[in-house]
Amino acid sequence: MSNITRGFQSRRPHSESKRLPPGQHVTGDFPVLSAGATPHTPLHVWTFALEAEDGTKIVSWSWEEFRALGPTEVTVDIHCVTRWSKFDTEWRGITVDRIIAAAGLDEPPSPFVMAFCDGGYTTNLPVEDLLEGKALVVWEYDGEPLATEHGGPARLLVPHLYFWKSAKWIRGLRFMEDNEPGFWEVNGYHGYGDPWREQRYDGD
Amino acid sequence: MKTIQFAVSNWPGHLPGQHADVRLEAEDGYRAERSYSIASPPEVSALELTVDRLDDGEVSPFLTGQLQPHDTIQLRGPIGGHFTWSALERRRPLLLVGGGSGIVPLMCMLRHRRLSGNAVPAALLYSARTRDDVIYHEELAALARSDPAFSLRITLTRDSAPGWSGRVGRIDLPTAQALLEDLGGAVDTFVCGPDGFVEVASAMLLQAGQPLDAIRTERFGPTGTERNGLRGGQ
Repeated sequence: MSNITRGFQSRRPHSESKRLPPGQHVTGDFPVLSAGATPHTPLHVWTFALEAEDGTKIVSWSWEEFRALGPTEVTVDIHCVTRWSKFDTEWRGITVDRIIAAAGLDEPPSPFVMAFCDGGYTTNLPVEDLLEGKALVVWEYDGEPLATEHGGPARLLVPHLYFWKSAKWIRGLRFMEDNEPGFWEVNGYHGYGDPWREQRYDGD
Repeated sequence: MKTIQFAVSNWPGHLPGQHADVRLEAEDGYRAERSYSIASPPEVSALELTVDRLDDGEVSPFLTGQLQPHDTIQLRGPIGGHFTWSALERRRPLLLVGGGSGIVPLMCMLRHRRLSGNAVPAALLYSARTRDDVIYHEELAALARSDPAFSLRITLTRDSAPGWSGRVGRIDLPTAQALLEDLGGAVDTFVCGPDGFVEVASAMLLQAGQPLDAIRTERFGPTGTERNGLRGGQ
Protein backbone atom coordinates (compact mmCIF):
# COMPACT_ATOMS: atom_id res chain seq x y z
CA MET A 1 0.00 0.00 0.00
CA SER A 2 1.29 3.44 -0.86
CA ASN A 3 2.31 5.69 2.02
CA ILE A 4 1.44 8.84 0.09
CA THR A 5 -1.25 10.90 1.78
CA ARG A 6 -3.84 11.92 -0.80
CA GLY A 7 -3.80 15.68 -1.34
CA PHE A 8 -0.98 16.49 1.10
CA GLN A 9 1.65 18.95 -0.10
CA SER A 10 4.59 20.51 1.65
CA ARG A 11 3.97 24.04 2.89
CA ARG A 12 7.51 24.54 4.09
CA PRO A 13 10.67 25.53 2.25
CA HIS A 14 13.10 22.64 1.86
CA SER A 15 16.17 24.88 1.94
CA GLU A 16 17.05 24.34 5.59
CA SER A 17 17.24 20.60 5.18
CA LYS A 18 20.99 20.24 5.64
CA ARG A 19 20.82 21.79 9.06
CA LEU A 20 17.53 20.19 10.01
CA PRO A 21 17.38 16.54 11.08
CA PRO A 22 14.67 14.40 9.46
CA GLY A 23 11.11 14.97 10.68
CA GLN A 24 11.94 18.28 12.39
CA HIS A 25 10.72 21.83 11.71
CA VAL A 26 12.25 25.12 12.78
CA THR A 27 10.65 27.23 15.49
CA GLY A 28 11.53 30.72 16.66
CA ASP A 29 9.91 30.08 20.03
CA PHE A 30 11.35 28.16 22.91
CA PRO A 31 8.62 25.71 23.90
CA VAL A 32 8.57 24.37 27.46
CA LEU A 33 8.08 20.67 28.04
CA SER A 34 8.21 19.06 31.44
CA ALA A 35 6.77 15.92 32.95
CA GLY A 36 5.78 17.62 36.19
CA ALA A 37 5.60 20.86 38.09
CA THR A 38 8.64 23.13 37.99
CA PRO A 39 10.93 22.69 41.02
CA HIS A 40 12.42 25.81 42.61
CA THR A 41 15.69 25.19 44.44
CA PRO A 42 17.23 28.17 46.25
CA LEU A 43 20.79 28.82 45.13
CA HIS A 44 22.21 28.67 48.66
CA VAL A 45 21.26 24.99 48.94
CA TRP A 46 21.99 24.11 45.29
CA THR A 47 24.97 21.82 44.67
CA PHE A 48 26.37 19.98 41.70
CA ALA A 49 27.81 16.54 42.45
CA LEU A 50 29.64 13.75 40.72
CA GLU A 51 28.70 10.41 42.26
CA ALA A 52 29.98 6.86 42.10
CA GLU A 53 27.55 4.11 41.10
CA ASP A 54 26.63 3.39 44.75
CA GLY A 55 25.68 7.05 45.28
CA THR A 56 28.79 8.08 47.25
CA LYS A 57 29.92 11.58 46.36
CA ILE A 58 33.14 11.97 44.43
CA VAL A 59 32.87 15.74 44.60
CA SER A 60 30.23 18.37 45.30
CA TRP A 61 30.35 22.07 44.49
CA SER A 62 28.21 24.94 45.71
CA TRP A 63 26.61 27.32 43.19
CA GLU A 64 29.44 29.84 43.52
CA GLU A 65 32.16 27.19 43.39
CA PHE A 66 30.63 25.53 40.37
CA ARG A 67 30.33 28.71 38.33
CA ALA A 68 33.96 29.52 39.09
CA LEU A 69 35.23 26.32 37.46
CA GLY A 70 35.82 28.10 34.17
CA PRO A 71 32.84 28.97 31.99
CA THR A 72 32.62 28.90 28.22
CA GLU A 73 30.03 30.11 25.73
CA VAL A 74 28.57 28.09 22.87
CA THR A 75 26.11 28.70 20.04
CA VAL A 76 24.34 25.52 18.96
CA ASP A 77 21.24 24.14 17.23
CA ILE A 78 18.88 22.15 19.45
CA HIS A 79 16.38 19.46 18.42
CA CYS A 80 13.41 18.35 20.50
CA VAL A 81 11.90 14.90 20.03
CA THR A 82 8.50 16.59 19.70
CA ARG A 83 9.78 17.79 16.31
CA TRP A 84 10.82 21.37 16.81
CA SER A 85 14.36 22.52 16.24
CA LYS A 86 15.81 25.88 17.17
CA PHE A 87 18.89 27.28 15.49
CA ASP A 88 21.74 29.33 16.97
CA THR A 89 20.85 29.13 20.64
CA GLU A 90 23.45 30.78 22.89
CA TRP A 91 24.47 29.30 26.21
CA ARG A 92 27.03 29.88 28.94
CA GLY A 93 28.24 27.12 31.22
CA ILE A 94 30.99 24.61 31.94
CA THR A 95 32.03 21.75 29.73
CA VAL A 96 31.73 18.28 31.21
CA ASP A 97 35.44 17.81 30.37
CA ARG A 98 36.26 20.63 32.73
CA ILE A 99 33.92 19.31 35.43
CA ILE A 100 35.63 15.92 35.33
CA ALA A 101 39.10 17.50 35.36
CA ALA A 102 38.15 19.80 38.24
CA ALA A 103 37.04 16.75 40.20
CA GLY A 104 40.59 15.46 39.90
CA LEU A 105 39.62 12.50 37.75
CA ASP A 106 42.18 11.51 35.11
CA GLU A 107 39.46 9.73 33.22
CA PRO A 108 35.79 8.92 33.79
CA PRO A 109 35.45 5.92 36.14
CA SER A 110 32.82 4.15 34.03
CA PRO A 111 31.39 4.34 30.51
CA PHE A 112 27.87 5.65 31.29
CA VAL A 113 26.27 8.32 33.46
CA MET A 114 22.83 9.01 34.82
CA ALA A 115 22.10 12.72 35.00
CA PHE A 116 19.95 13.41 38.09
CA CYS A 117 17.82 16.43 38.77
CA ASP A 118 15.50 18.25 41.13
CA GLY A 119 12.01 16.85 40.70
CA GLY A 120 13.34 13.31 40.26
CA TYR A 121 14.06 13.47 36.52
CA THR A 122 16.89 11.31 35.22
CA THR A 123 18.41 10.59 31.83
CA ASN A 124 21.16 8.19 30.82
CA LEU A 125 24.08 8.99 28.54
CA PRO A 126 27.32 7.41 27.35
CA VAL A 127 30.20 9.36 28.89
CA GLU A 128 31.89 9.72 25.51
CA ASP A 129 28.89 11.79 24.33
CA LEU A 130 29.69 14.30 27.05
CA LEU A 131 33.41 14.73 26.37
CA GLU A 132 35.53 16.76 23.94
CA GLY A 133 33.31 19.80 24.31
CA LYS A 134 30.14 17.98 23.24
CA ALA A 135 28.25 18.75 26.45
CA LEU A 136 28.02 21.47 29.09
CA VAL A 137 26.16 22.27 32.26
CA VAL A 138 24.69 25.71 31.51
CA TRP A 139 23.15 28.51 33.59
CA GLU A 140 22.70 31.25 31.02
CA TYR A 141 20.59 31.32 27.88
CA ASP A 142 20.73 34.18 25.40
CA GLY A 143 22.74 36.31 27.82
CA GLU A 144 20.27 35.95 30.68
CA PRO A 145 20.10 33.67 33.71
CA LEU A 146 18.41 30.44 32.65
CA ALA A 147 14.67 30.69 33.40
CA THR A 148 13.29 28.11 35.81
CA GLU A 149 10.87 26.67 33.26
CA HIS A 150 13.78 26.09 30.91
CA GLY A 151 15.73 24.24 33.57
CA GLY A 152 17.27 26.96 35.71
CA PRO A 153 19.27 27.40 37.77
CA ALA A 154 21.26 24.95 35.62
CA ARG A 155 20.62 22.31 32.99
CA LEU A 156 22.64 19.86 30.99
CA LEU A 157 23.20 20.77 27.32
CA VAL A 158 23.91 17.91 24.90
CA PRO A 159 22.89 19.49 21.58
CA HIS A 160 23.80 16.57 19.33
CA LEU A 161 21.12 14.41 20.96
CA TYR A 162 17.36 15.01 21.28
CA PHE A 163 16.76 17.68 23.87
CA TRP A 164 15.23 15.45 26.57
CA LYS A 165 18.83 14.33 27.14
CA SER A 166 19.66 17.94 28.09
CA ALA A 167 18.25 17.44 31.56
CA LYS A 168 16.64 20.44 33.25
CA TRP A 169 17.30 21.31 36.91
CA ILE A 170 20.39 19.12 36.91
CA ARG A 171 22.10 18.43 40.24
CA GLY A 172 24.76 15.98 39.19
CA LEU A 173 26.03 12.99 37.25
CA ARG A 174 26.15 9.45 38.62
CA PHE A 175 28.64 7.14 36.91
CA MET A 176 27.36 3.70 35.85
CA GLU A 177 29.00 0.54 34.51
CA ASP A 178 25.86 -0.43 32.57
CA ASN A 179 23.63 1.76 30.45
CA GLU A 180 20.54 1.87 32.71
CA PRO A 181 17.52 3.71 31.28
CA GLY A 182 16.43 7.08 32.71
CA PHE A 183 12.99 8.64 33.09
CA TRP A 184 11.81 8.93 29.47
CA GLU A 185 13.90 5.97 28.41
CA VAL A 186 11.74 3.63 30.55
CA ASN A 187 8.66 5.44 29.27
CA GLY A 188 8.94 4.47 25.63
CA TYR A 189 11.63 6.83 24.33
CA HIS A 190 14.87 5.79 22.69
CA GLY A 191 17.90 4.90 24.80
CA TYR A 192 20.33 7.08 22.85
CA GLY A 193 18.31 9.68 20.92
CA ASP A 194 20.28 10.70 17.83
CA PRO A 195 18.13 13.20 15.87
CA TRP A 196 19.99 12.52 12.61
CA ARG A 197 19.00 8.86 12.81
CA GLU A 198 15.53 9.78 14.12
CA GLN A 199 15.90 7.71 17.27
CA ARG A 200 12.73 9.02 18.88
CA TYR A 201 11.11 6.01 20.41
CA ASP A 202 12.13 2.64 21.77
CA GLY A 203 12.80 0.42 18.75
CA ASP A 204 13.76 3.21 16.31
CA MET B 1 -11.44 21.91 16.38
CA LYS B 2 -12.33 18.62 14.82
CA THR B 3 -12.70 15.11 16.14
CA ILE B 4 -11.69 12.40 13.66
CA GLN B 5 -12.20 8.68 14.01
CA PHE B 6 -9.79 6.21 12.49
CA ALA B 7 -10.19 2.50 11.89
CA VAL B 8 -6.67 1.35 12.71
CA SER B 9 -5.29 -1.97 11.63
CA ASN B 10 -3.07 -3.75 14.16
CA TRP B 11 -3.56 -1.19 16.92
CA PRO B 12 -1.95 -2.72 20.03
CA GLY B 13 -4.20 -0.84 22.47
CA HIS B 14 -3.38 2.22 24.54
CA LEU B 15 -3.61 3.76 27.98
CA PRO B 16 -5.55 6.98 28.57
CA GLY B 17 -3.15 9.92 28.27
CA GLN B 18 -1.04 8.39 25.53
CA HIS B 19 -0.72 9.90 22.08
CA ALA B 20 -0.40 8.83 18.48
CA ASP B 21 1.85 10.25 15.80
CA VAL B 22 0.24 11.20 12.51
CA ARG B 23 2.53 11.04 9.50
CA LEU B 24 1.61 12.77 6.26
CA GLU B 25 3.66 12.12 3.16
CA ALA B 26 3.61 14.22 -0.02
CA GLU B 27 4.21 12.80 -3.49
CA ASP B 28 7.70 14.31 -3.57
CA GLY B 29 8.60 12.34 -0.45
CA TYR B 30 8.25 15.27 1.95
CA ARG B 31 6.98 14.14 5.33
CA ALA B 32 5.37 15.94 8.24
CA GLU B 33 4.61 14.30 11.55
CA ARG B 34 2.83 15.52 14.66
CA SER B 35 1.64 13.95 17.87
CA TYR B 36 -1.99 14.10 18.95
CA SER B 37 -3.53 12.95 22.19
CA ILE B 38 -5.92 10.04 21.88
CA ALA B 39 -9.46 10.99 22.90
CA SER B 40 -11.11 7.57 22.67
CA PRO B 41 -10.85 5.20 25.63
CA PRO B 42 -9.16 1.81 25.25
CA GLU B 43 -12.56 0.11 25.48
CA VAL B 44 -13.64 1.56 22.10
CA SER B 45 -12.21 0.17 18.88
CA ALA B 46 -12.24 3.30 16.68
CA LEU B 47 -9.28 5.55 17.47
CA GLU B 48 -10.38 9.12 17.97
CA LEU B 49 -8.13 12.18 17.74
CA THR B 50 -9.36 15.70 18.49
CA VAL B 51 -7.33 18.15 16.42
CA ASP B 52 -7.08 21.88 17.00
CA ARG B 53 -6.55 23.69 13.71
CA LEU B 54 -3.55 26.00 13.66
CA ASP B 55 -3.62 28.33 10.68
CA ASP B 56 0.15 28.34 10.31
CA GLY B 57 0.39 24.64 11.07
CA GLU B 58 1.32 22.00 8.59
CA VAL B 59 -0.57 18.93 9.73
CA SER B 60 -3.63 20.28 11.55
CA PRO B 61 -4.99 22.30 8.57
CA PHE B 62 -4.78 19.15 6.46
CA LEU B 63 -6.46 16.95 9.06
CA THR B 64 -9.24 19.42 9.79
CA GLY B 65 -9.75 20.73 6.26
CA GLN B 66 -8.70 18.29 3.57
CA LEU B 67 -8.86 14.79 4.99
CA GLN B 68 -11.91 12.97 3.63
CA PRO B 69 -13.78 9.91 4.87
CA HIS B 70 -12.05 6.71 3.77
CA ASP B 71 -8.69 8.41 3.16
CA THR B 72 -5.73 6.50 4.52
CA ILE B 73 -3.00 8.02 6.67
CA GLN B 74 -0.12 6.59 8.67
CA LEU B 75 -0.49 6.45 12.43
CA ARG B 76 2.10 5.36 14.93
CA GLY B 77 1.53 4.61 18.56
CA PRO B 78 0.64 4.48 21.28
CA ILE B 79 3.41 6.71 22.61
CA GLY B 80 4.18 7.94 26.10
CA GLY B 81 4.39 6.12 29.40
CA HIS B 82 4.30 8.83 32.05
CA PHE B 83 1.20 10.93 31.49
CA THR B 84 -1.07 7.90 31.66
CA TRP B 85 -3.83 6.69 33.92
CA SER B 86 -5.39 3.27 34.07
CA ALA B 87 -8.43 2.56 36.22
CA LEU B 88 -7.15 -0.98 36.61
CA GLU B 89 -3.95 0.11 38.33
CA ARG B 90 -4.80 3.36 40.06
CA ARG B 91 -7.11 3.53 43.04
CA ARG B 92 -6.49 7.05 44.21
CA PRO B 93 -8.94 9.85 43.54
CA LEU B 94 -8.24 11.77 40.38
CA LEU B 95 -7.85 15.52 39.91
CA LEU B 96 -7.70 16.57 36.26
CA VAL B 97 -6.78 20.12 35.29
CA GLY B 98 -7.07 21.07 31.63
CA GLY B 99 -6.53 24.24 29.64
CA GLY B 100 -7.85 24.60 26.08
CA SER B 101 -7.31 21.50 23.99
CA GLY B 102 -5.41 20.03 26.94
CA ILE B 103 -8.80 18.54 27.79
CA VAL B 104 -8.33 15.80 25.17
CA PRO B 105 -6.21 13.27 27.11
CA LEU B 106 -8.18 14.08 30.28
CA MET B 107 -11.44 13.28 28.46
CA CYS B 108 -9.92 9.96 27.49
CA MET B 109 -9.21 9.27 31.18
CA LEU B 110 -12.77 10.17 32.16
CA ARG B 111 -14.28 7.99 29.43
CA HIS B 112 -12.07 5.12 30.52
CA ARG B 113 -13.00 5.68 34.17
CA ARG B 114 -16.69 5.44 33.27
CA LEU B 115 -16.42 2.39 31.02
CA SER B 116 -14.04 0.48 33.30
CA GLY B 117 -16.57 0.47 36.12
CA ASN B 118 -13.89 1.53 38.59
CA ALA B 119 -15.23 4.96 39.33
CA VAL B 120 -12.74 6.43 41.77
CA PRO B 121 -13.79 9.93 42.85
CA ALA B 122 -12.73 12.40 40.17
CA ALA B 123 -12.83 16.11 39.51
CA LEU B 124 -12.14 18.12 36.38
CA LEU B 125 -11.08 21.75 36.46
CA TYR B 126 -11.28 22.93 32.87
CA SER B 127 -10.32 26.36 31.59
CA ALA B 128 -11.43 27.49 28.13
CA ARG B 129 -11.42 30.89 26.44
CA THR B 130 -15.07 31.15 25.45
CA ARG B 131 -18.12 28.94 25.60
CA ASP B 132 -17.57 27.94 21.97
CA ASP B 133 -14.09 26.70 22.89
CA VAL B 134 -15.40 24.21 25.45
CA ILE B 135 -14.86 20.78 23.90
CA TYR B 136 -17.03 17.79 24.89
CA HIS B 137 -19.36 20.13 26.80
CA GLU B 138 -22.50 17.99 26.50
CA GLU B 139 -20.71 14.81 27.40
CA LEU B 140 -19.05 16.35 30.44
CA ALA B 141 -22.28 17.89 31.66
CA ALA B 142 -24.10 14.57 31.26
CA LEU B 143 -21.37 12.78 33.19
CA ALA B 144 -21.55 15.34 36.00
CA ARG B 145 -25.34 14.86 36.21
CA SER B 146 -25.25 11.08 36.27
CA ASP B 147 -22.16 10.43 38.39
CA PRO B 148 -22.17 11.78 41.95
CA ALA B 149 -18.48 10.87 42.33
CA PHE B 150 -17.52 13.27 39.52
CA SER B 151 -17.22 17.03 39.97
CA LEU B 152 -17.03 19.39 37.00
CA ARG B 153 -15.75 22.98 37.15
CA ILE B 154 -15.54 24.80 33.83
CA THR B 155 -14.28 28.36 33.77
CA LEU B 156 -14.26 30.78 30.84
CA THR B 157 -11.33 33.18 30.67
CA ARG B 158 -12.44 35.51 27.87
CA ASP B 159 -16.13 36.13 28.32
CA SER B 160 -19.29 34.79 29.80
CA ALA B 161 -21.81 33.87 27.14
CA PRO B 162 -25.52 34.62 27.63
CA GLY B 163 -27.00 31.93 29.80
CA TRP B 164 -23.61 30.82 31.08
CA SER B 165 -24.06 29.83 34.70
CA GLY B 166 -20.55 28.53 35.20
CA ARG B 167 -17.42 30.29 36.37
CA VAL B 168 -15.53 33.07 34.66
CA GLY B 169 -11.91 34.04 35.06
CA ARG B 170 -8.75 32.02 35.48
CA ILE B 171 -8.42 28.94 37.62
CA ASP B 172 -7.68 29.85 41.21
CA LEU B 173 -6.24 28.39 44.36
CA PRO B 174 -9.47 28.28 46.43
CA THR B 175 -11.19 26.22 43.73
CA ALA B 176 -8.28 23.79 43.51
CA GLN B 177 -8.13 23.52 47.29
CA ALA B 178 -11.86 22.87 47.56
CA LEU B 179 -11.73 20.15 44.91
CA LEU B 180 -8.74 18.51 46.62
CA GLU B 181 -10.52 18.62 49.94
CA ASP B 182 -13.64 17.00 48.48
CA LEU B 183 -11.56 14.28 46.86
CA GLY B 184 -9.83 13.64 50.18
CA GLY B 185 -6.40 12.35 51.00
CA ALA B 186 -3.78 11.39 48.45
CA VAL B 187 -4.78 12.31 44.93
CA ASP B 188 -3.31 11.63 41.49
CA THR B 189 -3.15 14.85 39.50
CA PHE B 190 -2.88 15.32 35.75
CA VAL B 191 -2.42 18.76 34.23
CA CYS B 192 -2.51 19.36 30.47
CA GLY B 193 -2.59 22.52 28.41
CA PRO B 194 -0.44 25.29 26.94
CA ASP B 195 2.94 26.03 28.58
CA GLY B 196 1.83 29.01 30.61
CA PHE B 197 -1.35 27.35 31.82
CA VAL B 198 0.47 24.24 33.01
CA GLU B 199 3.14 26.30 34.74
CA VAL B 200 0.52 28.27 36.68
CA ALA B 201 -1.73 25.28 37.39
CA SER B 202 1.04 23.00 38.62
CA ALA B 203 2.53 25.75 40.82
CA MET B 204 -0.96 26.24 42.26
CA LEU B 205 -1.27 22.54 43.05
CA LEU B 206 2.08 22.61 44.83
CA GLN B 207 0.81 25.57 46.82
CA ALA B 208 -2.33 23.59 47.65
CA GLY B 209 -0.10 20.99 49.25
CA GLN B 210 0.22 18.43 46.48
CA PRO B 211 3.62 16.70 46.47
CA LEU B 212 5.79 17.28 43.39
CA ASP B 213 5.74 13.60 42.44
CA ALA B 214 1.91 13.41 42.47
CA ILE B 215 1.61 16.00 39.69
CA ARG B 216 1.96 14.81 36.12
CA THR B 217 1.98 17.37 33.37
CA GLU B 218 1.84 17.54 29.64
CA ARG B 219 2.40 20.81 27.84
CA PHE B 220 2.06 22.02 24.33
CA GLY B 221 3.83 24.95 22.88
CA PRO B 222 2.85 28.49 22.03
CA THR B 223 2.36 29.82 18.53
CA GLY B 224 4.40 28.25 15.80
CA THR B 225 4.03 24.77 17.18
CA GLU B 226 1.06 22.65 16.45
CA ARG B 227 -1.48 22.79 19.25
CA ASN B 228 -2.07 19.56 21.04
CA GLY B 229 0.96 18.52 19.10
CA LEU B 230 3.84 18.71 21.53
CA ARG B 231 4.21 15.84 23.86
CA GLY B 232 6.70 14.70 26.39
CA GLY B 233 10.01 16.50 26.43
CA GLN B 234 11.54 16.51 29.83
